Amino acid sequence: MRLRVDHESTYRFDPPMRGVVQSLRLTPTLCENQQVADWAISVEGATMGAGFRDGAGDWIETAMLLGPVDTVTIRVEGEIETFDRGGILKGNREKIPPEAYLRPTRVTKPDRALRELAETAVEGIDPAAILDRAHALSHAVEQAIAYTPGQTAESTSAAEALALGKGVCQDHAHALIAAALCVGIPARYVTGYLFSTEEDGAQEASHAWAELAIPILGWVGFDPSNGTCPDERYIRLGSGGDATEAAPIRGIANGAGEENLDVKVVVKESQSQHQQ
Amino acid sequence: MAGNSNTPNYFNEMFSGDGVRPPYRGLESWSNDMPLELRSLKQSEAEALFRRIGITFAVYGEGGDPDRLIPFDMFPRVFSGEEWRKLDRGVKQRARALNAFLCDVYNRGEIVRAGKIPGHLVYSNEAYERAVAGFRPPGNVYSHIVGIDLVRTGPDEFFVLEDNCRTPSGVSYMLENREIMMRMFPQLFRENRIAPVENYPRLLRRTLGSVAPLKCEDEPRVVILTPGHYNSAYYEHSFLADMMGVELVEAADLFVEGDFVWMRTTEGPRRVDVIYRRIDDAFLDPLCFRPDSMLGIPGLMNVYRSGGVTIASAPGAGVADDKAIYTFVPEMIRFYLGEEPILNNVPTWQCAREDDCGYVLANLKDLVVKEVHGSGGYGMLVGPCSTKEQIAAFADKIRENPGNYIAQPTLALSTCPTFTKEGIAPRHVDLRPYCLVGDGMIELVPGGLTRVALTEGSLVVNSSQGGGVKDTWVMAE
Repeated sequence: MRLRVDHESTYRFDPPMRGVVQSLRLTPTLCENQQVADWAISVEGATMGAGFRDGAGDWIETAMLLGPVDTVTIRVEGEIETFDRGGILKGNREKIPPEAYLRPTRVTKPDRALRELAETAVEGIDPAAILDRAHALSHAVEQAIAYTPGQTAESTSAAEALALGKGVCQDHAHALIAAALCVGIPARYVTGYLFSTEEDGAQEASHAWAELAIPILGWVGFDPSNGTCPDERYIRLGSGGDATEAAPIRGIANGAGEENLDVKVVVKESQSQHQQ
Repeated sequence: MAGNSNTPNYFNEMFSGDGVRPPYRGLESWSNDMPLELRSLKQSEAEALFRRIGITFAVYGEGGDPDRLIPFDMFPRVFSGEEWRKLDRGVKQRARALNAFLCDVYNRGEIVRAGKIPGHLVYSNEAYERAVAGFRPPGNVYSHIVGIDLVRTGPDEFFVLEDNCRTPSGVSYMLENREIMMRMFPQLFRENRIAPVENYPRLLRRTLGSVAPLKCEDEPRVVILTPGHYNSAYYEHSFLADMMGVELVEAADLFVEGDFVWMRTTEGPRRVDVIYRRIDDAFLDPLCFRPDSMLGIPGLMNVYRSGGVTIASAPGAGVADDKAIYTFVPEMIRFYLGEEPILNNVPTWQCAREDDCGYVLANLKDLVVKEVHGSGGYGMLVGPCSTKEQIAAFADKIRENPGNYIAQPTLALSTCPTFTKEGIAPRHVDLRPYCLVGDGMIELVPGGLTRVALTEGSLVVNSSQGGGVKDTWVMAE
């Protein structure tokens, strides 16, 4: 599938800030699940620099704006060819062993309810059948947290979302990570884009899901929000232990201004010809 | 076990065996002939000097009253040249192995693959930073200043208590103790050939310069990053900056632009190549670590990982000095260097292991129990010095969370003569030498920080628990 992405994030500060620094993880992963045809990131008025590929394979770069800054607009425009690899992340070059993803963060720390959810989900499944266990966990999270926008916040933890029984893709991913860690499966948070048509139901063009490390297969994606594993509708940007670590845009502004964020994301099938 | 220090169970560094041991001979008549009045005069002179220079901070981040003076004992602690040669080789060997370990676990992880260290101890460790995995700092050096805490139990028996790979403090005491001894007793330094320590700042500066990033083309600009004057070790930060002739900066003095880190100066921004940081990983960069940190420099880690600046010690270096990892340092030495360890570890029981835990709980009265992530003598139990109630309460804590504790036998720490109210008496001592590791260089100045338990019979040298410091001499050969 050839997808076109237009993603614009606008931060407005009132009063203006003295300076803004942002760490951007907005470049698609180099892997066999997708191939970039054309990709451009621009931040108006910013000095760009300090680009590097981290141990998880993500390309990260830095934008800096000197004040007074009243607006920062980050624009991502690109075209990308995607492939269905059955949810398996293939060919991503990373240096971090899956074992390093067994430690929870503040928001993926399991409580008793999450532990029970995890244990119930894998009950009766052969402990060696990790893939089956992973599917069962993803399904259990999907059942336990109803997709409901506007009920949780950025800082909501997996335990809080489960208690509430409601949440968005971030909460689903956090809860799945927490549940996976409970049964000893390394797990991480993944951000990206999702192409959807209206009849698909619960969708967010700017999307997040979880990856679990499965022996032999490697990292496999699970998206409880859509009850599926990532396929050719998904574009992968980067990963981390939780939403904060994996954030496509992580920024800090120096000053006392109020921040207002406006995000527009459009992912559609490209009109241009498929290249063979 | 921890009875009177005068019992022959303890190795007295001056008086064991027949007569005075050779390294201490130059001090015999000096200490015997010193009139009591002169002694108290000198003692108050020393105290006044310490107060004037402002060195009143707590060592090793022990907390407590930041303005409290740590007692200085004028009786030097002495090593012969031959004794030091062994320590020198042992400390350098350990510093090399610890750096090789850090380079390994942030890259291929061979030692884990080889089954020498359990993976979860490394990768689930709180000090393991995924954010720096795969990144190789200049010279593959992660811990540039390695502080090794040593104790002695006999003429030839030394044990490593713990390693400090992040930012070991206390080196300013090593330098100031010497300075003050030289001022007060110049004749001692004429009569004895004592190896100098005062080139430490120059060596530190050279070490830091050697690990400047590849992108640095001129003379590297080194800075010391301090959390500020509220920090208990602020004196040491400013002292070292002064002695090295480099800038002492706080986070607000630095900023990231383009591919580099810059320092604000009255003459405009100046590029910074090497940051000797005295702040914890968590507070380095709010865009990478704790988002609420006010002390950090946003974007610093991105510049670091793209090779624009060197941070010493490397973020993530703490995984090598964890108390659970400590047990495996001898294994590291064999694995990476193909050598046998020169310095011994203290036998350690991991309460995380069921068998070990059972033994520990049954023998608490003879053991020292520490928290895996603790430091500074807090949260620890010294069995022989504790009451039954204290031991019972501690046993409950261990049962509640065994993985949080390790235990070691109570070591018979050596003693060194010390000036006390009752005259010269033996007191227990430890030692922290500071090993410098740069690109293609490794240096250890002959000396270190000797801490002394001033309370009679006490084996706890921490300044928060009534410890003091001494000048440490290595006799030139």
